[in-house]
Amino acid sequence: MPISENRLSEIKSLAAAAKDKKALLGPDVDLERFKELAQRDRVENLSSLKAQTMEAAIMSGMDIKEDVRSGSFVQLNHSVIYESLNEKYKDQLQIMSTDDAVEKFDFIEDYFWRIVKPDQDKYTAAVALNPSHGYFMRVFPNQHVEYPLQACLLVDENNISQNVHNIIIVEEGASLNVITGCSLSKNDAEGIHLGISEFYVKKGGSLTFTMIHNWADNFDVRPRTSIHLEEDAKFVNNYILMKPVKSIQSAPNVYLTGKNAAAQFNNVIYGLKDSYIDLGSKMYLEAPNTRAESIARTIAADQSVIYSRGDMIAKTKEACMAHLDCRGIVFSKEATMYAIPALVSEGSVRAHLSHEASIGPISQEQVEYLMSRGINKDDAVSLITTGFLNLNIPYIPKFIDNKIKDIINATAKDAL
Amino acid sequence: MQEMLQVVDLWVSVEGKQVLKGVDFSMGYGDVNVLFGPNGAGKTSFMMSLMGFPKYKVDQGKIFFKGEDVTDKDIYERSKMGIGLSFQRPPTVGGVSLERLINLLSKNNGISEEEVEVILENLKIKEHIKRSINDGFSGGEMKRSEILQLMLQKPEFVLIDEPESGVDMENIALVGHAINHLLGKDKVRSPKRGALIITHTGYILDFVNADKGYIFINGRVICSGNPRDMLNEIKRNGYKGCQVCQ
Ligand SMILES: Nc1ncnc2c1ncn2[C@@H]1O[C@H](COP(=O)(O)OP(=O)(O)OP(=O)(O)O)[C@@H](O)[C@H]1O
Ligand SMILES: [Mg+2]
Repeated sequence: MPISENRLSEIKSLAAAAKDKKALLGPDVDLERFKELAQRDRVENLSSLKAQTMEAAIMSGMDIKEDVRSGSFVQLNHSVIYESLNEKYKDQLQIMSTDDAVEKFDFIEDYFWRIVKPDQDKYTAAVALNPSHGYFMRVFPNQHVEYPLQACLLVDENNISQNVHNIIIVEEGASLNVITGCSLSKNDAEGIHLGISEFYVKKGGSLTFTMIHNWADNFDVRPRTSIHLEEDAKFVNNYILMKPVKSIQSAPNVYLTGKNAAAQFNNVIYGLKDSYIDLGSKMYLEAPNTRAESIARTIAADQSVIYSRGDMIAKTKEACMAHLDCRGIVFSKEATMYAIPALVSEGSVRAHLSHEASIGPISQEQVEYLMSRGINKDDAVSLITTGFLNLNIPYIPKFIDNKIKDIINATAKDAL
Repeated sequence: MQEMLQVVDLWVSVEGKQVLKGVDFSMGYGDVNVLFGPNGAGKTSFMMSLMGFPKYKVDQGKIFFKGEDVTDKDIYERSKMGIGLSFQRPPTVGGVSLERLINLLSKNNGISEEEVEVILENLKIKEHIKRSINDGFSGGEMKRSEILQLMLQKPEFVLIDEPESGVDMENIALVGHAINHLLGKDKVRSPKRGALIITHTGYILDFVNADKGYIFINGRVICSGNPRDMLNEIKRNGYKGCQVCQ
């Protein structure tokens, strides 16, 4: 095995020591309840997925025909059920299970549990002790892949803990677009998804990462993500949550370690039913001329609770720039929203850090403007709310747009 | 004959401030009238009240449109009855592209794609439709977008608040012709629409044939006359002469 025994036992022992360590944020989840093992057989192609599973995959942005995708990875519960790489791109990139990558590549040791620590909390520990796949993607130097890679992590079984470890490496001068979805195809399932993600963008590389989450009422989610950016590297993260979830808590760390590195986060979050949502990002500006931006659009409907966080931490002594823009609308009298932007300058005498955070209803003036054009109030509210959530995220299928409209129509009644 | 619009002793306040103080005003079907008056006289407030914006609180008086009392009708109902408004300062609608609004309006009002194309071409606005509505639009772009929306809406009675403010000479002609077209004044057989137009400069009079002018001062309409004569008088003596009428 390419990863040294020493390193592996080090990871395991760190994890073992942290296996009861509660996370700083989010309600504590008792992992003992989710011990089932659920394995599934491989499928020939995506169109032979079971109807319900396929629908879940589509809802999270998967292109079943793979026409406008360069490769795919699908995991159901604890098994990888589908992997593909378009022939055309096989000299440009790799896509496989992380377990396979760990078996196969010597270099993996430098990327495995490096920027996410196994002993961060009980959730990282659980994945380190009991991993089940996750995807590995790597683009070779100076390769620009035409279409996105897609990955989908599905659950259709009760009481499981899906412990995935994802690694993406964008080599020097390369660029990659990734669309991932996590979906539950069993709506009443209890369980948890634990996702470790370690992304590395090398010098001059660029990664656009879009994630669509479709969970349900009884499911907990604890992603643990870090991104490492070298000189001139670019990272764009788009995140969309439009379905209920029991609880989700995540705050990816972005380390901008090389000069001119840039990171942007776009979060679109719709809190439904009694979802507990605590999402943010922490960006560390460690090198000259680094830039970070974080935009969040959140709507709290029903009885949801949303924490929208964003931390900008400047460390470089040279110029750097960071901006947070988090705006929220509370649609329901029973919902709660927290907008918590934080700016930190650790002796960064030349850093420009700024934020604008606001929570407020949609603008009456805009609604009336559209009404004066002969658009009825409900349609006006829907149009404006869709506009509020519209962050121009590419490769988002049209039906997700329509889905947004349906949700708005169903939940915006108290809005005005 | 019944009037298209009749306003009787209209008193309106905004945020507690009395902005209209007993407006009496009427217009026949298909009439095109202009409204002059100094800054802060209440012209915009008058139009917003006719359109039914709730911020403009009617304290007293009535508005009749096509014989019906619309004083308590909301904006949507009035627009459905055929009133439309080109704003002096329209709000920005972030994230909603002008294109999206165009599609919605043309669908609602049965306007073909070809027709839309022609309108976009005539108003030279095509290159801006991917942008959010009014977001960072220049003064002239904003006015063209307003007129564009009205052309898709085809109201029977159009309120136009300062169509030429912030618009350069060349574009004034463009906006002027578009308004003329909208009002059906450029063709003999088109249905005639009525309009009330607020103007300070009167440039719009070079393109749109107005029947009558009114002067609005201190929350009231104080006199009427030939719009060109009125404009010349205002240009010469300002609104000082109006004090006499008052
Ligand atoms: N929302 C508001 N809050 C407070 N005062 C207002 C508001 N809207 C209008 N006003 C006041 O009402 C008065 C009339 O304003 P209005 O905009 O109707 O004038 P106008 O005749 O259109 O002027 P202009 O030629 O400058 O456009 C002004 O004194 C204005 O400041
Ligand atoms: Mg005005």
